[in-house]
Amino acid sequence: MVIEVQNAKLKIQNRKEVKIDKDIKISIRNLNIWYANVQIIKNVNLDIEKNKVTAIIGPSGCGKSTLIKSINRMLDIIPEAKVNSTILLDGENIYNMDETLLRKRIGMVFQAPNPFPKSIFENVAYGLKIHKMFKNKEELYFKIKKALRQAALWDEVKDNLDKFALDLSGGQQQRLCIARCIAVEPEVILFDEPCSALDPIATAKIEELIENLKQSYTIIIVTHNMQQAARISDYTAFLYLGELVEFGPTERIFTTPQNKITEQYLTGKFG
Amino acid sequence: MSSRKIKEFVGFAILRLATFLIFSALFIILYFISIRGIKVIDWQFLTQMPCEGMTAGGILPAILGTFYLTLCAICFALPLGVAAAIYLTEYARQGRLVRIIRIGINNLAGVPSIVFGLFGLGVFVKYFGFGISILSGGLTLGILILPTIIRASEEALLAVPKSFREASLALGTTKWQTIYRVVLPNAISGILTGSILGIGRAAGETAPILFTAVTFYSARLPNSIFSEVQALPYHIYALMTEGTHPESQVPIAYGTALVLLFLVLGVDLIAIIIRNRARRKKW
Repeated sequence: MVIEVQNAKLKIQNRKEVKIDKDIKISIRNLNIWYANVQIIKNVNLDIEKNKVTAIIGPSGCGKSTLIKSINRMLDIIPEAKVNSTILLDGENIYNMDETLLRKRIGMVFQAPNPFPKSIFENVAYGLKIHKMFKNKEELYFKIKKALRQAALWDEVKDNLDKFALDLSGGQQQRLCIARCIAVEPEVILFDEPCSALDPIATAKIEELIENLKQSYTIIIVTHNMQQAARISDYTAFLYLGELVEFGPTERIFTTPQNKITEQYLTGKFG
Repeated sequence: MSSRKIKEFVGFAILRLATFLIFSALFIILYFISIRGIKVIDWQFLTQMPCEGMTAGGILPAILGTFYLTLCAICFALPLGVAAAIYLTEYARQGRLVRIIRIGINNLAGVPSIVFGLFGLGVFVKYFGFGISILSGGLTLGILILPTIIRASEEALLAVPKSFREASLALGTTKWQTIYRVVLPNAISGILTGSILGIGRAAGETAPILFTAVTFYSARLPNSIFSEVQALPYHIYALMTEGTHPESQVPIAYGTALVLLFLVLGVDLIAIIIRNRARRKKW
């Protein structure tokens, strides 16, 4: 099995030279991540195409969440985590950028909905206020409305923007978090298993939303749900024990996986 | 009844008795002080200066003195304690140094209050030259309640879910913006509750102010933070140990004790109200 993983890695490394001319938003080179001396991510190379949905799948504990948290440098706040990599956003190394400006450009939606214990309005206004993105009250209101519209929440909350955010349903809370994220006008949105705490109906709404969002944003979504990856993503990366086993167009990965481990995972032989 | 049931019955009876004893102790203290103190308490008692060599008149200077001392202690200890707690929980790298600092703070809480009194005398009264004054006494009391405030603040800060911090940081805020706009507003009620309980304790302390702030009798009300003052706890002590007319001084002492008791209980009540208010709006 180890040999197979290495073979797969070689294939990907060979391919990376060819892919350069595509419209690449983010390219990850030689990503290695340690948590207190245990290596979680091993030499991952990955190119994320602009305005596409890239899904990262794999069994739990394979390092999916850790991988996307390195893209907006959220690992910086975990003292035990050590990252060694070059990650380029539009060709610029993110480790040479100010992390607050980087996180404004690369937004994130978390596993469990985490709105602030404030009103709906204040939740969306939060980032706008931090980055001073409005000149007057009208513009603030306009931007909040726009974000809530894009997050497909506006119609449900427009009559009561002062409602306490934690009184919303789980699915509404997650869409509020998406609105809060897109209000600051990021270029990339990272979704870290955004539906794992939601029921099927709320999940369907979020998936539909992600489909629409890719017109304006580059999207990376971590999911443990293979069907979800198949439904909404353009590219799929399969991660196993911290290594990138296979990466390619979603359709190809799901119909003709080239690696045996990928095939076993996708057919439910392990999980 | 089986022997298991009997054991259970006896066990519960002992636990019930213990609880009842504790409650009755509080009740007996309140009752005992009240029936002796209530006789002397009227509007004049609360609003007038003492007269005729402490055998008559009111306790206004002592009430005001305790108020000023406590206020001074809060103004000093609250910002300092909250700042230290923020540093320890949010900024400091959780390593050996922070562990040692925490142990130090906990030990500070165990230092006998009379030692704080001597410290205040040596440092604030003499070294800084503040003299016997509200400032010296307030600072000494402030140091006394610092560990309580730091610990309460640390607990309140740690109780704010990590997910709020992550959400804020992921939007591109600095650490300070996250603390200032998300963590502190959600921790503030916990910080206040813990701090107010500490303040209640400061108001009742005698030893720390003994050498640093109080006087048995002052003819005038304090007019600056460098004035020496009367204070309720010390007033009780002085009435019971000094003077030549115990028959008229002892009732005044009980009256003073009752006023002090109600002040402290009142302060605790405020803390409880704040806590319950905050609990209703929890995440």
